[in-house]
Amino acid sequence: MARTEPVQDNEILLELKDIEMTFGKVTALAGVNLKIRKGEIHSVIGPNGAGKTVMMNCINGLYRPQKGSIYFKGEKINHLNPHQRSRLGISRTFQKVEVFGGMTVLDNIRLGRHIHMKSGIVSGAWYLGKSFREEIEHRRFIEEEIIDLLEIEQIRHKPVGMLPYGLQKRVELGRALALEPELLILDEPLAGLNLEEVEDMARFILDINEEERWKVTCLLVEHDMGVVMDLSHRVFVLNFGNMIMDGTPEEVQNNPEVIKAYLGEEDLYATRR
Amino acid sequence: MQPEDKTAATRIEITEDLTIPKLFYMQARRYGPQRVAMREKQYGIWRPITWQQYLDNVKHIALGLIKLGLKKGDKVSMIGDNRPEGLWAEMATLCAGGIGVWLFQDCLIEEVRYIIDHSDTRFLFGEGQEEVDKALSIIDECPKLDKIIWDDPKGMRNYHQDCLLSLKNLVEMGKQLDKDQPDLFEKLINRGTGKDVALLFYTSGTTSLPKGALLSHNNMLTMGRHLMDVDPCKDTDDYVSYLPFAWIGEQMMSISCGLQIGYTINFPEEPETARENIREIGPHVMFAPPRMYEQMTREVQVKYLDSSWTKRKFYEFSQKVGYHVADLKFDKKPIPWYWRFLEWIAYITVQRKLKDHLGLSRVRNAYTGGAAMGPDHFRFFHAMGVNLKQIYGQTEVAGISVVHRNGDIKFDTVGKPIPGTEIRITEEGEIITRSPSVFLGYYKNPEATAKALRDGWLHSDDKGFVDDDGHLVVFDRTKDVFTLRDGKPFSPQYLETRLKFSPYIKDSWVIGHNRDYITAVMCIDYSVVGKWADEKKINYTSYQELSQHEEVYDLVEEQIRQANKDLPEAAKVRKFTNLYKELDPDDDELTRTRKLRRAFVEKRYQDIVDALYSDVNTVHIDTTIKYEDGRESRINTDLQIRKITD
Repeated sequence: MARTEPVQDNEILLELKDIEMTFGKVTALAGVNLKIRKGEIHSVIGPNGAGKTVMMNCINGLYRPQKGSIYFKGEKINHLNPHQRSRLGISRTFQKVEVFGGMTVLDNIRLGRHIHMKSGIVSGAWYLGKSFREEIEHRRFIEEEIIDLLEIEQIRHKPVGMLPYGLQKRVELGRALALEPELLILDEPLAGLNLEEVEDMARFILDINEEERWKVTCLLVEHDMGVVMDLSHRVFVLNFGNMIMDGTPEEVQNNPEVIKAYLGEEDLYATRR
Repeated sequence: MQPEDKTAATRIEITEDLTIPKLFYMQARRYGPQRVAMREKQYGIWRPITWQQYLDNVKHIALGLIKLGLKKGDKVSMIGDNRPEGLWAEMATLCAGGIGVWLFQDCLIEEVRYIIDHSDTRFLFGEGQEEVDKALSIIDECPKLDKIIWDDPKGMRNYHQDCLLSLKNLVEMGKQLDKDQPDLFEKLINRGTGKDVALLFYTSGTTSLPKGALLSHNNMLTMGRHLMDVDPCKDTDDYVSYLPFAWIGEQMMSISCGLQIGYTINFPEEPETARENIREIGPHVMFAPPRMYEQMTREVQVKYLDSSWTKRKFYEFSQKVGYHVADLKFDKKPIPWYWRFLEWIAYITVQRKLKDHLGLSRVRNAYTGGAAMGPDHFRFFHAMGVNLKQIYGQTEVAGISVVHRNGDIKFDTVGKPIPGTEIRITEEGEIITRSPSVFLGYYKNPEATAKALRDGWLHSDDKGFVDDDGHLVVFDRTKDVFTLRDGKPFSPQYLETRLKFSPYIKDSWVIGHNRDYITAVMCIDYSVVGKWADEKKINYTSYQELSQHEEVYDLVEEQIRQANKDLPEAAKVRKFTNLYKELDPDDDELTRTRKLRRAFVEKRYQDIVDALYSDVNTVHIDTTIKYEDGRESRINTDLQIRKITD
């Protein structure tokens, strides 16, 4: 069951134009075009090695594509570093969790907030009034918005490395949210989770996307077709660096080419139901 | 007897006319905006709610209910975690003249349907999406249910049904009505007498469908009064409310006692953080079923096994001293000065820290009731210096009727009747009670009422006797009492609680009525045994697989041998098997208060019982188990039957 289009103006938040990316003689992306509208959940699917993660890395600046341009809110961002892009409002999670294992949950999430800290190094070093007030304010945001949303109250003081994988993924999502992003890139948020954790995570993604407080546009890379078709407004199909199609979940499910290339192979149409 | 405490809260006289709303209104105006009525941990911070805020919220919710058309005597149900809104809703229901019904938060849809339908509930207070979903799925089958009120907006953005109403909107409606008729609330409060029905309480029912016990305002208030006469609390005390409100014990502490004394009720952040939150608050009084104390014991035992050599030696020393001193106290013998000195050493080295970790460092009185507690657990807490007392009671007396007194504690009894309560033993050995707190009857069930209430005496269906010191000893439920092969009666509960003293055992079920020997079905504690298995490098993927490991059987056998040690020959466990799953209320094997439903499990696990009493080594199981959300999964496995020989 697909979702209806978000009732918002069709403002384009992110646009990829003719992106080409090669590693030596391997072409990872061959002229990819993608438009993400504000407020939607846009999924990218494709077999392993299709170039999905390369595409994400191009968007958040880890990779620089050889050709093509990337626009965020109408502005070309090709030349920007990852940290500059995150300041613009692009945040992400990783396929394999990249959290700081020795730090507590709270500290990990705080780290995502770093970009919004305004007090300087001197005031921070001495923990002067301004830093102090700022910290209280951000702590409030983290506690009230993120920890409450993700239901991780009971582990807030636990070192992340000791937590089960499912919770680590949640913490990583929390850290990405702490940036208050406009675009959230979720790279396989459901991989390696059990059924219950998948249901929880899917609900969090919906909350982040729909709840008035957040309204975050999501770019979702995922293999779990059941979840992708349920959550997404639009689905983008990638195969060996080429775009096969970009459309609503129904269109994608009924497209013969997609079925042939991807969905038709039953083992790849891996849904958990 | 306890000397009169000068700082104890002003004693409130319970008259025939006094109702819970009247008392609430009186206390709220007395304490006003200066004093904290309750606290809730939210977003990591304890947030106080004063009596004034408590009053305002209750007032607006009550008037909102009136606006919705609540008539006197209408039933209002509540379901959800322990939180201030839940208590407000209950108090508001009573203030508006309604009758409160509480449901266990983890009730299955079928149970929710039964109770909502049977109680003729008109309004339902649910916490959030989960409860609303449950209610929406049954609303078509419960024609009397009018409105579902929710307070947690999380996930509720796509719900627009007409039968739904947010608590916020209800409060707004109440505020509007208050503006139009400013004296209405006081009028509502002042009607009614103590004889009116206040709460409709569904008993957990070890044998049949839940029965609804009708409790009057007077029942509730006298109960609280009499307990507080025995163990006075102060209005500066703290209490942590984390056990289900659908359990009478929690109602007794939060409403019956809490309202009269005016102590602060603290609500944990989430059910998962309750233990941590209890430690932060350090309550002065605590009332919990044995399983909470069993859990604490297990935790201490496991941590002990994990700690360093020095720490273990100190712990062993303090245990030795603690047990010796506790035994002297149980025997009411004087404690020599050198034992007092050693006790002090034990206190400063181990006990103080241990109690702090368990959140027991300020506890003046800790009560346990609702099920049997084994003497091993009981002595364990006294050896730590915790003043743990047994109580005996039931929903039908609005809480408790018998309790231990300070300095007069025997670990195999439940103590003496509280003031105003008479206890007698019938010729058949049944415990019967008479007191002002005895309930009015079962809702829509005259046969059960006639059976339970005869000439003002409440027949409990429990077997017991009064010992030479006037203490009541509860043997077991009448129908559960075993006859051993030597013809002696025996309480399976006693044996089960003994087995549970091992940290590796979570639950046990003992069989042996009119049989040649006693057998047991054991449920291992997944986390404790799992950790043990990790250390032994035993591989497992699930509870089912772990429970059937040869080494785990050896481990469990060792635990049973320990428990067998000082039992009479005929009462020793001779055969056992490890169950492939934990016993669970969702499968109807336990009641919501986690009492074993013996008749049910005997029928359900007929194959296992048969195998235990025949000459086989394994039993094949092919069955389905169901989860709270209605999903089912199939189990197909072989269970080992292990013999225990001397």
